[in-house]
Amino acid sequence: MCLGIPGQVVEITDEERQLAMVEVSGVRREVNVACVVEPGAPVDSCIGYWVLVHVGFAMSRIDEEEAAKTLAILKELGEVDEELDAMKESEQSLRQTPPEGERHAG
Amino acid sequence: MKYVDEFRNGKQAQAIAKRIAELVKTLQVSKQRPLQFMEVCGGHTHSIFRYGLAQFLPEEIEFVHGPGCPVCVLPMGVVDDCISIAEQPGVIFTTFGDAMRVPGSKKSLLQAKAEGHDVRMVYSPLDALQIAKQNPQREVVFFGLGFETTMPSTALTLQQAAKEQVKNFSLFCNHITIIPTIKAMLDSPDMRLDGFLGPGHVSMVIGSQPYEFISRDYHRPLVIAGFEPLDILQSVYMLVKQLVDGRCEIENQYERIVPQMGNEVALRSIGDVFELREFFEWRGMGSIDHSGVRIREKYADFDAERKFSMPRLKIADPDAAQCGEVVTGVIKPEQCKLFGKSCTPQTPIGALMVSTEGACAAHYHYGQIEIPLSQVVSR
Repeated sequence: MCLGIPGQVVEITDEERQLAMVEVSGVRREVNVACVVEPGAPVDSCIGYWVLVHVGFAMSRIDEEEAAKTLAILKELGEVDEELDAMKESEQSLRQTPPEGERHAG
Repeated sequence: MKYVDEFRNGKQAQAIAKRIAELVKTLQVSKQRPLQFMEVCGGHTHSIFRYGLAQFLPEEIEFVHGPGCPVCVLPMGVVDDCISIAEQPGVIFTTFGDAMRVPGSKKSLLQAKAEGHDVRMVYSPLDALQIAKQNPQREVVFFGLGFETTMPSTALTLQQAAKEQVKNFSLFCNHITIIPTIKAMLDSPDMRLDGFLGPGHVSMVIGSQPYEFISRDYHRPLVIAGFEPLDILQSVYMLVKQLVDGRCEIENQYERIVPQMGNEVALRSIGDVFELREFFEWRGMGSIDHSGVRIREKYADFDAERKFSMPRLKIADPDAAQCGEVVTGVIKPEQCKLFGKSCTPQTPIGALMVSTEGACAAHYHYGQIEIPLSQVVSR
């Protein structure tokens, strides 16, 4: 949770909400880029940025070399698999229908 | 690239280790007792164990593993509150995976899920908000936890929910804040730390400036450190160097990520959404003044504490578990009576055994397989 994972911003998916597609270790994930867009700059100025992603939010810019090194270490810490698994499981949570027998509100 | 091997065989690490060893010998105090440096952050704890960093240090220096693993300091009563929300009709309870296995007084969220309650693991609060939009007839609650590293993500999500008026979305806010926590440790009568390794990614958000009181009022040095093993060794060197020079400052080894003033967008969002609580209850550390945040009145409609009834009980840890002593550095993980016996990562009793950032789980996974320094150096 606290280590985050490096990725590269590849396209803007929702300018209004400041969301972008970020490629993280070969996997694409939508990420909020509000914290890394330069003040006054358009959202798409961050395309190509390498960023450190924490729970779906790009929190800091990093350079490409640093990103590669960080990724290598995170792999050894087992954090890359953990993050990618969490992203996958989250996708399932988004698709999930309520378990049977669960009562609805109202 | 095998970073562990490269690091262990690396000349750089050994060179820093040698410089630390030489410096520390010139310090009078280290002859009477080991110097104790606390790494506040759980990410550092993980890295220290994974790379066996303690073996690169002379015996005059000890790491004390601090409270910076958010799920590890989560009180059992809060887990019970989560479960009580999750058990209410029509609720979808969303949480980071780490929190799923933390034991409550009766069960964990994972067990509640197995019983048929709709508990879902999410990678990001953004996904919880998305689930709320997809299920307008259900109440979707996100369990927000963590220090300032994850606080902006929840704050920005809540602002987005308010903007879009996603009224079936709410946050059960259990975020904690680092500065009052460090202050509480410094005020403790047992305080015997000689310095701190400052958290890297909390500092990325808050900057280096908020730590200034530690050197000014408590005369302890703090070095904000990166997570790579060389970063940590370098930071230890910087701490020892300060002590040798008779300096006491806040230094930033992790300048490539940590700006002095932090991240403005993140801080603004945190300030808009959250305010300090009078106190917050920690597992193993008791109640600490102003160490948690709650949701401001203007976002009351999105506050799970106001939306749902919950037991809000204080539940003591099992008597035999010594999590509190481990988390404050009084004993080491393996000195706890339950360590590796009834408390393991598969069957955690205390929360320190749950997350890989917890001192006990890290020690369990890596502690016993460390390679003696003599072998490392001679390779």
